[in-house]
Amino acid sequence: MEAGQPAQRRAEGVRDGARPLLSVRGLGIRFKTAQGIWQATRRIDFDIAPGERVGIVGESGCGKTITGLSILRLLPGNFAGLDGKILFDGVDLASCSARQMRAIRGKRIAMIFQEPMSALDPVFTVGHQIAETLRVHSNIGQDEARARTLEMLRRVGIASPERRIDDYPHQLSGGMRQRVMIAASLICGPQLLIADEPTTALDVTVQAQILELLRDISETSKTALMLITHDLGVVAETCTRMITMYAGEVIEDATVDEALVRPLHPYTSGLLRSLPHLSPRHGRLPSIPGRVPSIAEMPSGCRFRARCAHANRGCEAEQTLQDAGGGRRVRCHRFAELNLPGALHPPGAPIAAKVATQ
Amino acid sequence: MTAASAEPRRDAIVSVRDLQVRFQTSDRRATVKAVDGVNFDVRRGETFGIIGESGSGKTTIGRALVFLLNPSAGAILHDGIDPTALPRREFQSHRRDYQIIFQDPNAALNPRMTILASVLEPLELARIGNRAEREKLAREALERVGLPQEFGARYPHQLSGGQKQRVVIARALTLKPKLIVCDEVVAALDMSIRGDVLNLFADLQRDLGLTYVFITHDLAVVSHISERVAVMYLGQFVELGPTEEVAERPLHPYTIALLSAEPRPLPSSMRQESRIVLQGEVPSPIDPPSGCRFRTRCPHAQPLCTDRVPEWRELKPDHWVACHFADRPNFSPNNNAGA
Repeated sequence: MEAGQPAQRRAEGVRDGARPLLSVRGLGIRFKTAQGIWQATRRIDFDIAPGERVGIVGESGCGKTITGLSILRLLPGNFAGLDGKILFDGVDLASCSARQMRAIRGKRIAMIFQEPMSALDPVFTVGHQIAETLRVHSNIGQDEARARTLEMLRRVGIASPERRIDDYPHQLSGGMRQRVMIAASLICGPQLLIADEPTTALDVTVQAQILELLRDISETSKTALMLITHDLGVVAETCTRMITMYAGEVIEDATVDEALVRPLHPYTSGLLRSLPHLSPRHGRLPSIPGRVPSIAEMPSGCRFRARCAHANRGCEAEQTLQDAGGGRRVRCHRFAELNLPGALHPPGAPIAAKVATQ
Repeated sequence: MTAASAEPRRDAIVSVRDLQVRFQTSDRRATVKAVDGVNFDVRRGETFGIIGESGSGKTTIGRALVFLLNPSAGAILHDGIDPTALPRREFQSHRRDYQIIFQDPNAALNPRMTILASVLEPLELARIGNRAEREKLAREALERVGLPQEFGARYPHQLSGGQKQRVVIARALTLKPKLIVCDEVVAALDMSIRGDVLNLFADLQRDLGLTYVFITHDLAVVSHISERVAVMYLGQFVELGPTEEVAERPLHPYTIALLSAEPRPLPSSMRQESRIVLQGEVPSPIDPPSGCRFRTRCPHAQPLCTDRVPEWRELKPDHWVACHFADRPNFSPNNNAGA
């Protein structure tokens, strides 16, 4: 395993000169299908610093979930190969042994999913399932495992954990199940938590509770968070940095505030403008014409150009993720000349009006 | 004329009076009061939004409005008449005027039928015209929702989610309904397409004079498209009023919390500092709390809220609320900071 070479730790992704916890370089994932080999993602580059909260944003099929799964090497059966490197604290997860991976998965990198019911085993108590992670990764006795499980359940906001620890998953509500999943993922004190749409299945009032919990835990235990979501509001509330993906590529990487106020990629701008919060009531919603290209017939050059209002001849060339200054990166050759609207642009929008009156 | 009064407004296309819908649990030992005493009118040509979290009963109301479910008690009048009192044949032709569209177009379209065949089916069942006329109507409906001619020969799997939802809308339009209940119709669509479909709904309303009942959990969607919005909690309406009023000057603590909980895509400097995070989750509709149903999670609950069911009252013109304390002057989102 090569430790991160200086060339791989490019300065733009590294915050405050700290060494990144996770460094993904040139990651591409391929799948076997009846129609041949499909390239699901390619040239994925990003870093996550220790304790940093990063949102991975994109619409269905953009490759955000598969990028999260590939970090833990939880790839589906038709997986056909992987390019690039996934450096976690100096270890390349893309090429390390299965044994090394098992020592990291669940202990140093944990993951939670959208639907807690499919991740919890219905025939074991939640206490058993949380303690299991602990017993696999450390050499502790049953009593201590139970004590630490109780402590963790309290930490994630389960009321009277002594009563809940012996419950089965079906006895809990959706929000409580997601809390149990978070408890199980955090019990070994991971350095990185990957959360894939953790609140999409929850009601908005419960979602607010879970997002607050994730933010709080990340701050107090310095756990880095990689939050995969389609919801820009969730990212704005939870993360400090936002990586936007489109058609299997990273197209923009910026702080959340920068990306919302002044997006540099036309796709990021288009997504923001299509949100109903940001348009005048009863007015027409701006939308992005066309649809995401099919994985089987990806266009050459910029993958967004067929839907982009700013496309020109230069977009027919392959686009690279360029340094846009101030730690920002964007995959668009026209970023410097375009002045794209962000979240506060339409003056008649309810949110812009609200901000103006404050 | 008030929403709770027995006489429907003259412009009411739907009037709902003391609606109750109850279900037996599968072991038949308990009754779920999914909808428990709801009153409202839907006015002709408007978009009436119903917002609520899962289990609030919003979908049950939607299904009851088009008589996919029968009310356990109370009445639903269509244009002033009770459709259940009609003879069977008449009832069946009557319900063509009141259509419903669901969240998942994949579940609504038969994967083995072409798009044209799916859109033709309601016309065939209604025995409208001859074959050529039906095909003409179906093709017009597809064109109306912005799908090119050649889509008629395709199968659902060849279409994107947004296109499939357009097909479902086209199919609902073939019988020229007066009202369409839209139950989470954009929830399954990606952000960038959602706008297109919402714009289509607005165009159809303008051109065809449709009335919509828009049921959703998404505050941003409901406040964008609706003229009036009702907020539902545990089988009952807690607030109903013009959208601007409800969104900007909410009266009920639940509405205030719901608006505050919504994650907003705003930079950190512009986000509200004091969000209200409600504790706990929605209680079971099998055994709802006494008095005010929201009291177990309400930051302002008083002993009175346990003892007495709050009255459904028109606190401001056209703006209804069920809360004992909604008219207290210090009862505003800004005073909820530590809640």
